[in-house]
Amino acid sequence: MSASAVQTAPTAARPVRPDAPRRRRNLAFERVNPMVYVVAWLLVGLCIAPVAYIVLGGLRTNSQITADPSGLPTTWEFGNYVEVLTSSLFWQQFGNSLLIGLATTLGVVVLGVMASFVLARYEFSGRAAMYSLFAAGLMFPMTVAITPLYIMIRGLGLMNSVPGIVLPQIAFALPTTIIILVPFLRAIPKELEEAAAIDGASRLGFFIRMVVPLSVPGVVTVGILAFVASWNSYMLPLFVLNDESSYTLPLGVQSFASQYSVDTARVLAFTSLSMIPALIFFSLFEKRIVGGLTGAVKG
Amino acid sequence: MSESSSAGAVATAPPAPRPGSGSSGGGHPVRRGRSVRGRTRSGRRPTTWRTRAEIGLLAGPAIVVFCAFVIVPVLMAAYYGFYSWKGFGVPSDFVGLGNYLAIWRDATFLDALRHNGFIVVMSLLLQGPAAIALALLLNRRIRGRSAIRVLIFVPYVISEVIVGTGWSLLLQTSGAVNDLLGKIGLEGWAVDWLSDPSVAIWSLMLIITWKYVGFAVILFLAGLQSIPEELHEAASIDGASYWQIQRSITLPLLGPTIRIWAFLSIIGALQLFDLVYIVWGQYVAATAGTSTMATYMVVNGRNAGNYGFGNAVAVVLFLISLVIALTYQRFVLRRDTEGALTERKK
Repeated sequence: MSASAVQTAPTAARPVRPDAPRRRRNLAFERVNPMVYVVAWLLVGLCIAPVAYIVLGGLRTNSQITADPSGLPTTWEFGNYVEVLTSSLFWQQFGNSLLIGLATTLGVVVLGVMASFVLARYEFSGRAAMYSLFAAGLMFPMTVAITPLYIMIRGLGLMNSVPGIVLPQIAFALPTTIIILVPFLRAIPKELEEAAAIDGASRLGFFIRMVVPLSVPGVVTVGILAFVASWNSYMLPLFVLNDESSYTLPLGVQSFASQYSVDTARVLAFTSLSMIPALIFFSLFEKRIVGGLTGAVKG
Repeated sequence: MSESSSAGAVATAPPAPRPGSGSSGGGHPVRRGRSVRGRTRSGRRPTTWRTRAEIGLLAGPAIVVFCAFVIVPVLMAAYYGFYSWKGFGVPSDFVGLGNYLAIWRDATFLDALRHNGFIVVMSLLLQGPAAIALALLLNRRIRGRSAIRVLIFVPYVISEVIVGTGWSLLLQTSGAVNDLLGKIGLEGWAVDWLSDPSVAIWSLMLIITWKYVGFAVILFLAGLQSIPEELHEAASIDGASYWQIQRSITLPLLGPTIRIWAFLSIIGALQLFDLVYIVWGQYVAATAGTSTMATYMVVNGRNAGNYGFGNAVAVVLFLISLVIALTYQRFVLRRDTEGALTERKK
């Protein structure tokens, strides 16, 4: 990862600018062998089939699933979905996931942009050390720190609470965020800063008025990554949340699946409803994520 | 890691010329190498108290949160690892390297370690070629490309819990996969995907590949987009076929991205926890032959109430990852870093 960070700076300006020529070229399709289409859609089928099984399974009855596990729905049973959507437990856990996801995203973005700005635009003696500190964070996945983290959160009295999940998630998302954002902020031309200085803006003023708006594309990328990671996170909630009303959806899905293990159809309905927000979020911003990473992994 | 990245951070910030600090003013300010160096040094803004306050204000919160919730717990893990401790009060029962010796003597741990090794290697072998092929496919301007892209990333975006729940229903003995095999006349292929120890780890590989190949494709697509179109055009004017272009131009230029992906994949495979714990539960993983170091840590640490022991496992897991990561950085990623640095010096 550090190597990627090394190479980003010269090209990172690209995501900041709208990339008009490439978009125009996209409109002209290549003439390719029809087999390419066959292979491509076959692979898409493989990727989608298990998901389709979950979604469609929720539309069947348990007896249908037992009699013919791999069949398609013969009658469309919306009862399972309605039952889940009218249960307060689902919405409670949905709300918990949403609150934790948004708080994590906000924290990661605010702290990440500020720290990245310092790393990108200030020259001071501790800068290399500070960058190394965050880059080293990539080496500490949550798995290694989870037990002491759990003991610490318990000691702080943050069990079953939103901050008990959000604070560690922010901390663990910071390294990636900073490594993606620093090249973005470094690519903002010096001339802008000088022009702002001539107009009487301090460096902080420059940060708030110029850097924050200009870094939006990078911020969107890291924000989505942070939100999806938080929405899907399992290990930390598993340790910190042990009261069903404070569960996030992943824990909810798991406890629902073991509680109603005989009611497969309802489990499938619960499961498919819980993946929808992350899917919507991702498909809306898929181009942005690939664009943002183009800077970060540039070879 | 820290060494190379700090070097990178320094190297990538080109000394920016500042107006007013140059000695010659207009005309050709940069003539001799020496004057360039002189400008750089004097061009730095002096680190005044005001600058320091700004740095503290902007970077302080991130550093505090990061140290409190990442660095401190990691250090605590190293400390607790030397104690036999049930998780309450101050650890007092110092056992030295006792926990570590117990880990190395435990055949269950060595099994888990072996499974991790298998997962690392097979992840690279299964996902790498598949992802390169997919990325090349999706990099062509074919109809419906953006729809295909979004759909291929679906498995990567949905959570491990959903993947685990869905696949364990699909793969159970009377599940949809065996049923489907029966329907297409392959009853003989139906096996106990999850409980047969000789099959289970391959089922795990199937799930892992399905789930994470999308991530590799995202990275490779991003890497492919940064290869200048002109190279392809020049090669095709010279009469190179599509496959020749891919083999001689695209793949070598994609090399750095592939190496970074491999690094992330290795680290991820060593830390694998969620999928195994969800599909195989906390008890069955060891007997089904799919346990990993991380599931061993949670089962024998927190679930058993032996927090000291669990922390020692975490330290072992970390050290193994660290050694592999540093070796990889030293021998594989190094040439990418060197390339970037020498290029700058031109």
